[in-house]
Amino acid sequence: MKPSIRGAIALSVAAMFAVGPAHAADKIKIGFITTLSGPAGIIGKHMKDSVELALQHLGGKVGGLQTEVIFGDDQRKPDVGKQVAEEMLKKDRVDIVAGIIWSNVLLAVAPSVTSAGKIMMSTNAGPHQLAGKECNPLFISSSWQNDQTPEAMGKYMQDQKFNDVYLIAPNYAAGKDMMTGFKRYFKGRIADEVYTKLGQQDYQAELSQLRAKKPKAVFVFLPGGMGIQFVKQYTQAGLRGQIPLYSSYTVDEVTLPALKDAAVGQWETRYWSPDLKNPASQKYVADFRKKFKYTPAYYGSQSYDGIMLIDAAVRATKGNLDAKALMAEMLKADYASTRGKYRYGNNHFPIQNFYLAKAVKGANGVQMQIETTVFSDHRDAYAKDCNM
Amino acid sequence: MNLILITEQVLNGVQFGVMLFLMAAGLTLVFGIMNLVNLAHGSLYMIGAYFATSFYQWSGSFVIGALLALPATLVVGVIVEVVALRTLYDRDHLDQVLATFGLILFFNELVAIVWGRSGLYTSLPEWLSGHVELLPDLRYPLYRLLIIAIGIAVAFLLWYVVTRTRLGMLIRAGASNRAMVAALGINIRLLYTIVFGFGAALAGLAGVMAGPIYAVQPGMGESILIQVFVVIVIGGIGSIRGAMAGALIVGMVDTLGRAFLKPLLALVITPSAAQSAGPALASMLIYLLMAVVLALRPEGLFPERGH
Repeated sequence: MKPSIRGAIALSVAAMFAVGPAHAADKIKIGFITTLSGPAGIIGKHMKDSVELALQHLGGKVGGLQTEVIFGDDQRKPDVGKQVAEEMLKKDRVDIVAGIIWSNVLLAVAPSVTSAGKIMMSTNAGPHQLAGKECNPLFISSSWQNDQTPEAMGKYMQDQKFNDVYLIAPNYAAGKDMMTGFKRYFKGRIADEVYTKLGQQDYQAELSQLRAKKPKAVFVFLPGGMGIQFVKQYTQAGLRGQIPLYSSYTVDEVTLPALKDAAVGQWETRYWSPDLKNPASQKYVADFRKKFKYTPAYYGSQSYDGIMLIDAAVRATKGNLDAKALMAEMLKADYASTRGKYRYGNNHFPIQNFYLAKAVKGANGVQMQIETTVFSDHRDAYAKDCNM
Repeated sequence: MNLILITEQVLNGVQFGVMLFLMAAGLTLVFGIMNLVNLAHGSLYMIGAYFATSFYQWSGSFVIGALLALPATLVVGVIVEVVALRTLYDRDHLDQVLATFGLILFFNELVAIVWGRSGLYTSLPEWLSGHVELLPDLRYPLYRLLIIAIGIAVAFLLWYVVTRTRLGMLIRAGASNRAMVAALGINIRLLYTIVFGFGAALAGLAGVMAGPIYAVQPGMGESILIQVFVVIVIGGIGSIRGAMAGALIVGMVDTLGRAFLKPLLALVITPSAAQSAGPALASMLIYLLMAVVLALRPEGLFPERGH
């Protein structure tokens, strides 16, 4: 009788596996990984607060289901991020992993999540690998592909027929990617291309060199503290009135509170800005300011969007949390996004507008104000390398 | 034109060197005299910057802010020494590294809790934000000149205190042979507390001056601390003279390397190779220098005599 017992066990095991996903779930668990400690913790705070606001707007129920969001701190380290994700998948049994600020962290985390058959949703990082050759059916972005924002600046400065532009970025992978993105659309003369040390504090030497070159404009990618320092020192060096300063991911609502007047006159490209006029965005910004007493950056809006996108997808599948079914619904982007209407490309990155914004003095201190639309429905450059 | 640029970069190098010196002086004294590896020295720099910024915002005067921040940082330094570090003097360096690394984490999170994660802002007061025309075509920021002046003044003051006063004599004696100093009836614990407190105040002074030009945010002390360690290794551990020389060398090499290495390399190799090798080499330069100094003179350029 042994074989039949074995058969029965096999059958019941198979049955157990078969039952799981077909049923509508009554509970959804979302793991949200971001950087909550260290100097970059401020970005994580924008994201975490936005997730909490989204949950409040949904009455604590994503897709009408009882919801649990587990926050994890990656400490800006790929290995820690991967460990946190694996714990979420194995111990907490989350249905979706979302978040992630840094491209290098995402590249470590995404394979763990997708190979476990769960959805990985980036609410910030957009490395070119995941947009191109290594695109994955279970990966989706609620933000952008890294190159798109500097591409928009390249396009704008090309349209303005600038020449002798001086480029500065930190000497690491993303720094070079940003400048590559810029040069994809900017075809004018480049005065010089300078790569500085990652995390550099003092730019006086670079500013002396810059002044000597007499460029017509400057474009920088210096995120976080580097941007605060550079922009301050640029203004202190008396260059602000002389040479216009353009940037991507450098002056935003995370660094503006520290920059204040030093930022006035700065130009940035972005896909979302707190002054964007649409009902979802206005509601998000107003409620966010009321609840947390500061102005959210795009890090926040795209995290808020991420939760809203999950909500819409779970409602559409009527509570079926099967990764493939959810992803099919997510790709429709059928929800009120803070950026307005957009759609998804074959590589699961948004095809969306990009704007040029300027730092001006306004009612809430120094704030970013959208000046013009640079790209409408802009698709990233790597989608063609993705076979999906 | 080119000469003007070189002069300007030399001034930049001196200014950076002076900042490093203020940090290095405190660190090297603590290291040399108390035999304590204090990784949390950068945290005191951060605390100094935060105090100066908050007092400046509160009082509306940059000078008052700076004058209040210095004793406040000194007090924090003394508290840290009495509460946390006293028990570590007899432990080996690894224990000290672990404990002071813990202090870094503690201070970073404490600052984030008290002042928030987004960092503080100070602008320069109107009277300091101008430029001085040193040479025709060379206009240099007044504030950075002030940093150089204060740094040199502090260096002289330190030199005077260490070589010409009774306290300085005790400090030097403590560095050479602390058991003997204690046996002669000197309260070595008190001496340590004083030295550590003043080291903290010097780091605080560097932080005060850094506030208006750098980002005042949690973790701001770590990036400069590494360079400060390079300075004291090059200069010779425990030596004020070494700290001064090391700081100026590191400041100059780093600044001139960042400015001129790429164009110089482009003369020798292809411009595109220089484009990628230049920045990489420039950021390595001070560490290469340290390696060379360690290989040729392991004690540093100006070792403290009597060890």
